[in-house]
Amino acid sequence: MSVAVVASTVLICAGGACISAGEKSVKQVFEEKLREFALDSVVQVVETGCMGACNLGPLAVIYPEGIFYQKLTPQAAEEIVVEHLLKGRPVEKYLYKGPAGEIKAKSQEELPFFKRQVKIATRNLGVIDPTDIDEYIGRDGYFALMKVLKEMTPEEVIAEIKSSGLRGRGGAGFPTGLKWELCRKNEADQKFIICNADEGDPGAFMDRSILEGDPHSVLEGMAIGAYAIGASRGFIYVRAEYPLAIERLNIAIEQAREYGFLGENILGTDFSFDIEIRIGAGAFVCGEETALMASIEGERGQPRVKPPYPVQSGLWGKPTVINNVETLANVPPIILKGAQWFASIGTETSKGTKVFALAGKIRNTGLVEVPMGITLRELIYEIGGGIPSGKKLKAVQTGGPSGGCIPAEHLDVRVDYESLKELGTIMGSGGMVVMDEDDCMVDVAKFFLGFTVEESCGKCTPCREGTKVMLDLLEKITSGEGTHEDLEKLKELAQFISEASLCGLGQTAPNPVLSTMRYFWDEYIAHVEEKRCPAKRCKALIRYVIDPQKCVGCTACARVCPVAAITGEIRKPHEIDPEICTRCGSCMEVCRFDAISKVSP
Amino acid sequence: MPKIKTLEDLMKIKEDAVKELKLREAGKRGKVTVAMGTCGIAAGAKETLKAIVDAMNELGVEDIAVVQSGCMGLCDVEPTVEVALQGEEPIIYGHVTAEQARRIVEKHLKNGEIVSDLVVKRGQV
Amino acid sequence: MDVAQIEKTVKEIYEQVKSESLEEGDVLINTLHRIQDHFGNFIPPEAAETLAELMDLPLSKIYEVLTFYTMFSTRPRGKYVIRVCESTPCHVTGGKAVVEALKETLGIDFNQTTEDGLFTLEFSSCLGLCGVAPVMMINDMAYGNLTPERVKAIIEELRGGEAE
Repeated sequence: MSVAVVASTVLICAGGACISAGEKSVKQVFEEKLREFALDSVVQVVETGCMGACNLGPLAVIYPEGIFYQKLTPQAAEEIVVEHLLKGRPVEKYLYKGPAGEIKAKSQEELPFFKRQVKIATRNLGVIDPTDIDEYIGRDGYFALMKVLKEMTPEEVIAEIKSSGLRGRGGAGFPTGLKWELCRKNEADQKFIICNADEGDPGAFMDRSILEGDPHSVLEGMAIGAYAIGASRGFIYVRAEYPLAIERLNIAIEQAREYGFLGENILGTDFSFDIEIRIGAGAFVCGEETALMASIEGERGQPRVKPPYPVQSGLWGKPTVINNVETLANVPPIILKGAQWFASIGTETSKGTKVFALAGKIRNTGLVEVPMGITLRELIYEIGGGIPSGKKLKAVQTGGPSGGCIPAEHLDVRVDYESLKELGTIMGSGGMVVMDEDDCMVDVAKFFLGFTVEESCGKCTPCREGTKVMLDLLEKITSGEGTHEDLEKLKELAQFISEASLCGLGQTAPNPVLSTMRYFWDEYIAHVEEKRCPAKRCKALIRYVIDPQKCVGCTACARVCPVAAITGEIRKPHEIDPEICTRCGSCMEVCRFDAISKVSP
Repeated sequence: MPKIKTLEDLMKIKEDAVKELKLREAGKRGKVTVAMGTCGIAAGAKETLKAIVDAMNELGVEDIAVVQSGCMGLCDVEPTVEVALQGEEPIIYGHVTAEQARRIVEKHLKNGEIVSDLVVKRGQV
Repeated sequence: MDVAQIEKTVKEIYEQVKSESLEEGDVLINTLHRIQDHFGNFIPPEAAETLAELMDLPLSKIYEVLTFYTMFSTRPRGKYVIRVCESTPCHVTGGKAVVEALKETLGIDFNQTTEDGLFTLEFSSCLGLCGVAPVMMINDMAYGNLTPERVKAIIEELRGGEAE
């Protein structure tokens, strides 16, 4: 470890989102400029994991002042070195800006984005260097494992997790302690623990961020779980789309082995446990636990019938526990701070916190960790900063392709497993896509169903054929050909598919349709009866028109139209021929006189 | 790296790690700002900074952050160092060589006495 | 490519993967990943045949597995496999224009490879980088906050790098 002769530390977010937004060169510029001004010995540049505010990335925080910069470019990095680090003047234009646009040069805890958050699973994200195990230890890392191995019996560990009320964060919300107990009770010569890191729901990226920013917390959680259930071997199943997570995990596993947190006789006890990484190959269904195990075994990732459950007969027929990344990251703090502490956060049935990925029509897209029971309104307006366009929020989609939509009138619902279920959606892995009045709910349902059709493994008929038929019906409706009979058929199929499908993917596939029908039935009716798309989104049901009062005849629209559907003389109102128009919307974008609008029908 | 076996082994690593992490945490009793403009560096601010950090480590002063800034506009008295403790008006010292820096750490940071012979300004610049 | 050479390479890869794994029952998918990386983004039939022999599995079994996963390809692909996300978060932030720009710049549609053998364009499900949507990955490198202009610049840069 280097000596602490450091005056300032620049923490740069090196999560996948920030790197892809250009972070690598930003870091290089920081380092180059610091060398140029001979500041490299006193200013330390440290890469950290995802800080959550990805839409503001690449991000950097400069300590000890705790000044937070957003949207960095190499140019910005240069200015920050010269102005801030050299001359001590924070560079205003790159400072984090709150939703009202005011400038905030305060410490990380004071930003509105961070204000309401309670960080447990993401406690180390953006704080430590994920490639340095010592920093993890510096934040009490592996102390829980030490405590478990030296002071607790497996039964005591299970009892602690049970009374904490921790439930699976991957979607279904099964009590983690109970799962461990069921597995512990099954006698076998070998057991396994698997970390499900096959995060695939569109819009969810908390697991990636944890793996990239704090891989050791997952390893520690797995080791504790393995001790509790009596497993000697663990697997982390990561999707191949996450190369950086895989790289960080490999480094972390290597370091953990070196320190003796993994391997033979861990911490000098007779407990031995090791972890291997298994990489997926692009199949969403592998997030389903039986499919995931089949994939680890080197088979097609197809699910099988449950029971037997994995805790009875899992990987290679051995009792197996499968936990999600976020679930495992919660385990070490529970052991260290106690079940009571964890259970004091959250609601009656949903304890602790949940990490949500905010996406869609929301100002602060990114990751937030909040106590269970927070209202959607607080989540979206206080933390997320509201809808950027100033438009009205229409619905929030949760739970990805297995979930549903929560309409604006239920914004004050307290977010926990049960209340979301009552509203006809699920917590899921925590993806939240915010939609405004420009989003057509039939179109949204069609999108998710299209996703399921694409990802269905094809093993059982209801899912393989049924979802395809449902998608066809939705296509028909959004193109203005739908009938009342089609709507009835959709409902019937939905019911049938959710009852008859083999695995969770098929059983939950109709949810996006059912929930949008429940809350936005009028939109379905408008599509069918009036051939009208209220959000003016479905191309077959809209037309672009030019308002002759506003059109000055500048010809901008006619020039940009790819199919020459717009005609008119210069300085005279133009016209769009709906027969030729492909509804691409280019004309509306270029019109500076607000003369072009969409109408439906 | 020998394998970790006991809580003491783990504590040792944590303590070492925390020393480094600590500097990133805000919320200290105060801070020492070393002016590190080009002029300051030319006058020896780097040695000053190092001396401050070393002296603080030696004397166990942990609740004060050491930060750097640019030129305070007092170029003729460089290197300059500002000591800003909570509830007190900031003091700017001038001509702070490595030797003087130790005095400041010992007297001002540790014992709370202002090193009056080096003061160039009281209060905000 | 020389069949004997392929056989030798596949054997090496297989032994390597086996030696790295604690479990032997499950090396197939990892081996396929390595074979694909080695042979330039696809799995040649000869390699699959060799692997079947090595693992003492019927060839149908190898193909059963490799055709199930979208990331494996039985057809030769470009040096750079571009996987562009079309999920909701990318869609609402202008993903469509990015896709159009990609198609235009490359002159190909989805699941096609450019004539120079450099680029293959594929569609991907969510890449988990929604905060910087729209996004794409080119091999293992992620690119975010894409615009049609940025896409063109990235492709041109890769092309330029190849021309040198």
